[in-house]
Amino acid sequence: MTATFRRAVLLSVLGLFILFLYGPTLTILVLSFQGPDGGLTFPMNGFSVHWFGRLFHTQAVGDFGGSLIRSFSLATMVMVSTVVISLAAGMAFRRRFWGSGPLFTLTVASLIIPSILVSLGVGLLFSALGLDPNWYSSAFGAQLTWTLPFGLLIMFAVFNRFNRAWEEAARDQGATPWQSFQHVVLPIIMPSVIGIALFGFTLSYDEFARTLLTSGSDNTLPLEIFGMTTSVTTPVLYALGTLTTVFSFIVILVSLAIVRVLAAKRAI
Amino acid sequence: MTQDDTPVLTLADPAPGGSKPMRTRRRIQLVPFMQAAPLALILCVFLLLPMGALLVVSFFDYDSVQIIPAFQFTNYAEVLGSAVTWRTYLNTLRFTAIVWAVTSVLGFTVAYVLAFEIRSRTTQMVLFLVCTVPFLTSNIIRMISWIPFLGREGLLNSTLLKLGLIQKPLEFLLFSDFAVVLAYTHLYALFMVTPIFNTMMRIDRRLLEAALDNGAGWWRTITTIVIPLSKSGIAIGSIFVVTMVMGDFVTVRLMSGGQSASVGLMIANQISSLQYPAACANAVVLLAIVLMMIAAILRIVDIRKEL
Repeated sequence: MTATFRRAVLLSVLGLFILFLYGPTLTILVLSFQGPDGGLTFPMNGFSVHWFGRLFHTQAVGDFGGSLIRSFSLATMVMVSTVVISLAAGMAFRRRFWGSGPLFTLTVASLIIPSILVSLGVGLLFSALGLDPNWYSSAFGAQLTWTLPFGLLIMFAVFNRFNRAWEEAARDQGATPWQSFQHVVLPIIMPSVIGIALFGFTLSYDEFARTLLTSGSDNTLPLEIFGMTTSVTTPVLYALGTLTTVFSFIVILVSLAIVRVLAAKRAI
Repeated sequence: MTQDDTPVLTLADPAPGGSKPMRTRRRIQLVPFMQAAPLALILCVFLLLPMGALLVVSFFDYDSVQIIPAFQFTNYAEVLGSAVTWRTYLNTLRFTAIVWAVTSVLGFTVAYVLAFEIRSRTTQMVLFLVCTVPFLTSNIIRMISWIPFLGREGLLNSTLLKLGLIQKPLEFLLFSDFAVVLAYTHLYALFMVTPIFNTMMRIDRRLLEAALDNGAGWWRTITTIVIPLSKSGIAIGSIFVVTMVMGDFVTVRLMSGGQSASVGLMIANQISSLQYPAACANAVVLLAIVLMMIAAILRIVDIRKEL
């Protein structure tokens, strides 16, 4: 096997992998523009935005508007909490403190305990305490057990490469710890903080298993979509899929744009 | 997002602070404690207590209408004594083994191409991003999107029919074990690619050149240098894939069309028929198995030492 041939094979593996990742999503994107008489598979029976319009009829989708608003609010709450809590904890973990070992183990455990168990456990805890589960209380907490470990691990990666000389310089110039954090540390790690925000938002927005038994009577969007998979047999399902995927992409692109702007600003 | 923002499992303890005068030591000790307190609080309330609740309820008794507080091992006896449960556990382990094998080979290959075959730094980062983005979109939508592809009248069947390769549509493509494994690979391969790519980027390129200079072929370089030095990445990816497949129920429910079972699905079914103590006993057994598997992985590869 010659080196050029091998390289061609390896590069085509990467190409096929990317096609494998995106192909199916592109298929439903195309199919969501089916004509009014079109079905769940090809061929396309005309071309229309009929199914996007159907999304807003309540009989087609349970409660699309309500669940979208709930998912968006929950994702925003999770994003803000994840950024603040993991940033603070990341600062703390730069040195050993009482209980840092067990807390680290607990954080990793949070990442590897199957979601359905967290969901079940939080649901049981709330009923034992006589509290009603709600998307903004129990589901919020259950989702944080998934987003916080990611946030903290990103902070670890950041601080492992962080040059402490900058902070020491600030301290030597008489900066208080808060000033050195605000004017030195935070601007340097800002791109990663945006990354944590992006993870927090999208992981919450798409979370299913951890919300299932904790969201109470009101569904979030992924729960609504899951419900639809068993009852809906029209391309309205694809329209919803296209819409949420496009929304996720917008969130990702906005985050990337912010990171780029920050990088450009620093270069000046 | 640059490479620095990718999640890296860093198990090494953060460096302890430098030596400071004893007087300021006490005050400074309090600060990290307060900074970590919100994290500790949330994990205690929403992870530790719920797992405690699971354990307690797993010993409870129940009938068709209510849960009765008790301390008995009936639920465990039922979990461990039923042939259906054993079959379900074995089926879940089988899925885990297949998906682990497929995603580790695929993940390693993709990470290798990204790390060593793409020379331009910008292209590398763009392609890495392209491989990461689907992780941030909805899993359920990604599963649904296989329907028009694999269905009876789906793209694949109609293409194969048109080419004359098959006479009638292949039935095993959708709603089968094949579909489940395909969906798992589609969803979780990224969890292998990312950590393996991260460890590969830390391999000193001169090692590969030295190997080549000393007459090692490409394959020999891979097996004696790249694989041993990517071990911690492979281990981290394996932990992700194993725990996610072991605890999954959505993929099995959606993609097998009710033809296959998993432990997660069994738990979900017990919950929906309000057999909470049985579900909890099952959950405790599942958690024990998952933790043992992770302990085994960590035993083979010491992540702490290698990062």
